[in-house]
Amino acid sequence: MRRAIRFLRAGSVVELADFAPDATLLDHLRQVDRRTGAKEGCGRGECGSCTVALGSCRNGSVIYEPINACMTLLGTLDGKELVTIEDVSGRSGARLHPVQEALLAHHSPQCGFCMPGMVMALFTLFHSDVTVDRHRAAAWLAGNLCRCTGYRPIIDAAVSVCSTSPPRRDAFANAARRTLRQLAAIADDDDIVVGDDRRFFAAPSSLDRLAALVAGHHDAILIAGASDVLPKAARDHGTLAKIIHLGRVPELRRLTDTEAGLAIGAAVPLAALEPAMTAIDPDLGALCRRFGAGQVRAVATLGGNLANADPAADLPPALMALGATLELRHDCRLRRVPVEEYYLGPGRQDRSRGEFITEVTVPKLALDQLFRCYKVAKRYDNDRAILVGAFRFTLERGVIAASRIAFAGLAPVPTRALVTERSLRGLSLAERGPWTPAIAMLAEDFTPPGDERATAAYRLDTAKALLLKALTEVRGAASASTRIAQTREVVLEHLG
Amino acid sequence: MSISVKIQNERAAGLGGPEPRILGQSFPHDDAKAHLRGTASFIDDLREPVGTVHVAPGCADAARGRIQAVDLDAVRRAPEVLAVLTAKDIPAVNDCSPEQGDDPVLAKERVLYHGQPVFAVVAATHEAARRAARLARITLDEEAAVATLAEAARVAGGDIAAPLRLQKGANPEAALAMAALRLDGTLAIAGPEHLYLETQTALAIPDGEGGMRVHSSTQHASHVGRVIARMLGIAEAQVVCQCRRAGGGFGGKQSQAARWAALAALAAHVTGRPAKCRLARSEDLMMTGKGHAARVAWRVGADKGGRILAVDVVMDMACGAAVDLSERVAEGALFHVDNAYFYPELRFELRRLRTDHAPATAFRGNGAQHGMLVAEQLMDAVALSLRLDPLDVRKRNLYRVGRDVTPYGLPLTDNVALALIEELERAADYRARRKAIAQHNYESEFLKKGIALTPVKFGAGFTDSRLNRADVFLAVHGDGSVELRHGASELGQGLNIKLAQIVAEEFGLGLDRIIIKPASSEVLPGAGPTASSMTLDLNGMAARRAAETLKKRLLDHAAAMAGVDPRLPRFGKGAIAAGDQRWSFEELVASAVRARLLLTALGSYALPKVSWDRQRGHGRPFLYFVYGAACSEVTVDTLTGEMRLDRVDILQDCGSSLNPAVDRGQIEGGFVQGLGWLTMEEIVRDQAGRLLTDSLATYKIPLAANLPTDFRVQLLSGRPGRDATGLGTKAVGEPPVMLAISVFSAIAQAIAALKPGAVPALDVPATPEAVMRAVRRIRSGAEA
Repeated sequence: MRRAIRFLRAGSVVELADFAPDATLLDHLRQVDRRTGAKEGCGRGECGSCTVALGSCRNGSVIYEPINACMTLLGTLDGKELVTIEDVSGRSGARLHPVQEALLAHHSPQCGFCMPGMVMALFTLFHSDVTVDRHRAAAWLAGNLCRCTGYRPIIDAAVSVCSTSPPRRDAFANAARRTLRQLAAIADDDDIVVGDDRRFFAAPSSLDRLAALVAGHHDAILIAGASDVLPKAARDHGTLAKIIHLGRVPELRRLTDTEAGLAIGAAVPLAALEPAMTAIDPDLGALCRRFGAGQVRAVATLGGNLANADPAADLPPALMALGATLELRHDCRLRRVPVEEYYLGPGRQDRSRGEFITEVTVPKLALDQLFRCYKVAKRYDNDRAILVGAFRFTLERGVIAASRIAFAGLAPVPTRALVTERSLRGLSLAERGPWTPAIAMLAEDFTPPGDERATAAYRLDTAKALLLKALTEVRGAASASTRIAQTREVVLEHLG
Repeated sequence: MSISVKIQNERAAGLGGPEPRILGQSFPHDDAKAHLRGTASFIDDLREPVGTVHVAPGCADAARGRIQAVDLDAVRRAPEVLAVLTAKDIPAVNDCSPEQGDDPVLAKERVLYHGQPVFAVVAATHEAARRAARLARITLDEEAAVATLAEAARVAGGDIAAPLRLQKGANPEAALAMAALRLDGTLAIAGPEHLYLETQTALAIPDGEGGMRVHSSTQHASHVGRVIARMLGIAEAQVVCQCRRAGGGFGGKQSQAARWAALAALAAHVTGRPAKCRLARSEDLMMTGKGHAARVAWRVGADKGGRILAVDVVMDMACGAAVDLSERVAEGALFHVDNAYFYPELRFELRRLRTDHAPATAFRGNGAQHGMLVAEQLMDAVALSLRLDPLDVRKRNLYRVGRDVTPYGLPLTDNVALALIEELERAADYRARRKAIAQHNYESEFLKKGIALTPVKFGAGFTDSRLNRADVFLAVHGDGSVELRHGASELGQGLNIKLAQIVAEEFGLGLDRIIIKPASSEVLPGAGPTASSMTLDLNGMAARRAAETLKKRLLDHAAAMAGVDPRLPRFGKGAIAAGDQRWSFEELVASAVRARLLLTALGSYALPKVSWDRQRGHGRPFLYFVYGAACSEVTVDTLTGEMRLDRVDILQDCGSSLNPAVDRGQIEGGFVQGLGWLTMEEIVRDQAGRLLTDSLATYKIPLAANLPTDFRVQLLSGRPGRDATGLGTKAVGEPPVMLAISVFSAIAQAIAALKPGAVPALDVPATPEAVMRAVRRIRSGAEA
């Protein structure tokens, strides 16, 4: 067992053995290190002003991902390379990084508060394998707010500095082999525990030791990306005394793609999930891409999203429509639950004390099945859904033989629309007349709530509109005529 | 009228002629490199003096009522807490209002809105102070809160200040009655959150002699200093307030930075230690005022050709729990309710109503957005009803010769609206695209498109004439470097680089020789707020005057040395020639030092010609108008109300731009902020008046992906404003916000495609839900 965490920074190994379990990276940087380049704009992972880059070894190369320092527990840095704004332009700071040069040349900074975070987000784009166009650059920056510039100069800078195809060269790329050696040198499969029995940060490195630790500490908080837990703790001014990090458990980080379906380990970040989800259906991939921002998707997991049972969860309706199941472990016992049965009611899930999610399995579509899902939000990117509707139709000669329909945002928890599903059975796609009464059945399934995002009436009306849209599309309408974004044809063409 | 429309973008400007001048060139923001490296310090980045304590405000969990009991025992007992401050700890005047005396720093007998600070915790750490602040038990005789404008309008005596009224023409009512086309409608306008990225922050350091040095992220340092001096009962001269830079302001740090600086100063006064007050985002959202929400009822009469005959507008504004800057905002609405259009007859009435939320305050545009939005809605309503192209109706109603006097009696003299619109109409290919859109809408069942081209005519300046002045201090140091001090705030708008350009140009020096010191009330007390888009005009002229004074002194000295006529010596590029003698700037300065000359100067500038008679509603409130126009195309999903911004073309008059890149930044940033206000940003309160959108998870501002797919911005530059100051520049901070009205109008056009002849009743912000409300009303036949 290791009693300290180790990470790389500016070419050296940093070892920390004494920190509070819930200490955040931002507080550490600003208050302990006195490095104030990363700014606190919101303290909840929404504005990106504190964005830093985390480097890790993947498939033999160093990849850099953007994270929000305010929503990163210090302990989760173990085994990574930390790059902050103070590090990007070298120790002397005399020469600017190409990203900084580009932002300067395009007159990006105004008030400047967002700029260090923008630089770091673009640093990770620079190091990504993405071929950058305006659209990609804008999507990459969905986690970085700027209130002054209107973003145009920032996007121009991003496109110009990333105009060459990857890999793009800078001091970090040139030092990659040395960085890999250093990362390898600090990698091990020890369990990490910092703190004592009453207050600790722990990161077990096997599923069995995780299960044992959870069994011994039912009051501990399990985190993967902590992107749900930390904002809630910040809001409630809570302290988290016992934290168990899932990120070092190899069994939970596995993504297994088989004929039957996709088995997703509970600690697989959403960013890693997106290609496999897109392969199931483009709409599913799009839903993943619209979940939070890059800083969140780099760390947030499907397992965490389900474990915390956020009422406005984006993905569960899609999982329900596809008939996904999840696997739970309690000590040594395993069981499997369909996603729709897992949600029992507001704040209640079919998960007992000491039980944790290990895996989610998403079945693939059969040849006679068509899938659609839609997310409606006030803001297109990085906004929690007002409504998510997901639909899987099983068709027989132009007639709906069966369907699975689920919504988030119409009830306290994501819910199937069983009455509507029944009313759709036997419906012909050819004639639109009979659709109307079938669609109207959604009012039998749901009595939606109203809140700060939308009224009850809008939710129900829009749910009906989404079903109409889905039916129109599966009847054959091109999605370019039914949607303002995320058209399917482009993705499908790309997938071949 | 014809003008030569010379379009200049920053690339062209940057190249310049064979001998590039400093003015008109796109130099980077002076802080740009430091911002990109993360080394530019905001207040929370400053190394805290030893012993600094932290202040967190605390409030009741209710919107309104008499305070029965304040139990702070648990707060006092909380770990690391050093003191708890209430109104009783304030030695002298408990007020942080601009001047009305109606906004206590800490609540006295009554709580007036949810989030109003009742006490403040002083603790060793920021986190400890915030945690402790939640432990208070405050009991109120709770009263029902007036949370909405509709409720406020029903409350007898609900006016927080006198209404504004203006009438033009003998009998607007009769003119309305006689018009061939008569329309009426209502419009709800949300007041947006400023969402500067740096939350309200101040650090107060006692000077050991009863005075206070305060770092404040503010748009109005002298106001902060005045509030603190009055609160502590010390002389204004004992308080120095400094603002090196602020992480955005947008009006939200004009009057409302004072409370947090005052709390820091009070904590410093009570504990004798340096004290910092930095609001967490949730506190900032909950406790500070936003832009003004409004409800408008309008009526318009027009002839069959769409020419407006008479307009009647009644506007209610939600002012919150104190008057704050609502006078200026209300006047802004009044001065812009015509936008660029001639109304033969007008009746305008604006009521300022008390609502139980944090005092509404200045927001970039200062009410102009309220007025212009009404004007543009009138144009759309008339055009859609008559099935005319709205652009034709707009052009038909523009001010032009013979129809060129505003409702408040000001004749327009430098009106470029028509030329600008026609240039943009051509550049944006408006007519062909409108035709293609009509075809698209005919073929498309769910997705409807809309296009709109709307103008902006914006009057820049303060209506409170005391504020239309500025002073700048210049000092030439012995090595020839030039120090510049002013009293305004660098909020990111590029004030400092432009001032440096002006002074560098005067002396023929490089920009690196001009050193701008943090804005401070130390040298220039009593400076006005950095607001109303006038800061550059005022300070730029003051800086030029100070430079001219010093130049004259140096040239006289050169003439005396060379024994030539004092009119002969000239400043060249870093050199001065007189007779057969030449000096570098440094040599001449060294010589002047030896000759014991005074090498400091104060420049002062007060805006000429402006006057405003508030009683009569008449006068020249502005020195000049700024013009601009935008053309926007949108696609609306009429099933969900979602919207995509396909293309935006902007043409903005910048007069003689000092720095086109900086100006373009203001135009684009202002447009996107307007876009957020009009389409996305929604403040939601519960029935008891509590803010529900109290985090960035629920209050959403535009992201990079909200930019139009195709965004073309052009500056109309190199044409000095005829009415402008000697600099020839035109205000660029606020006007671009209103360019986004073109998006709102385009959305209305798209909805109107569902039913030709109908006028959609669309409210601000046009969120998906608001769009669907308008769609449903149109489908059911109940339009505006």
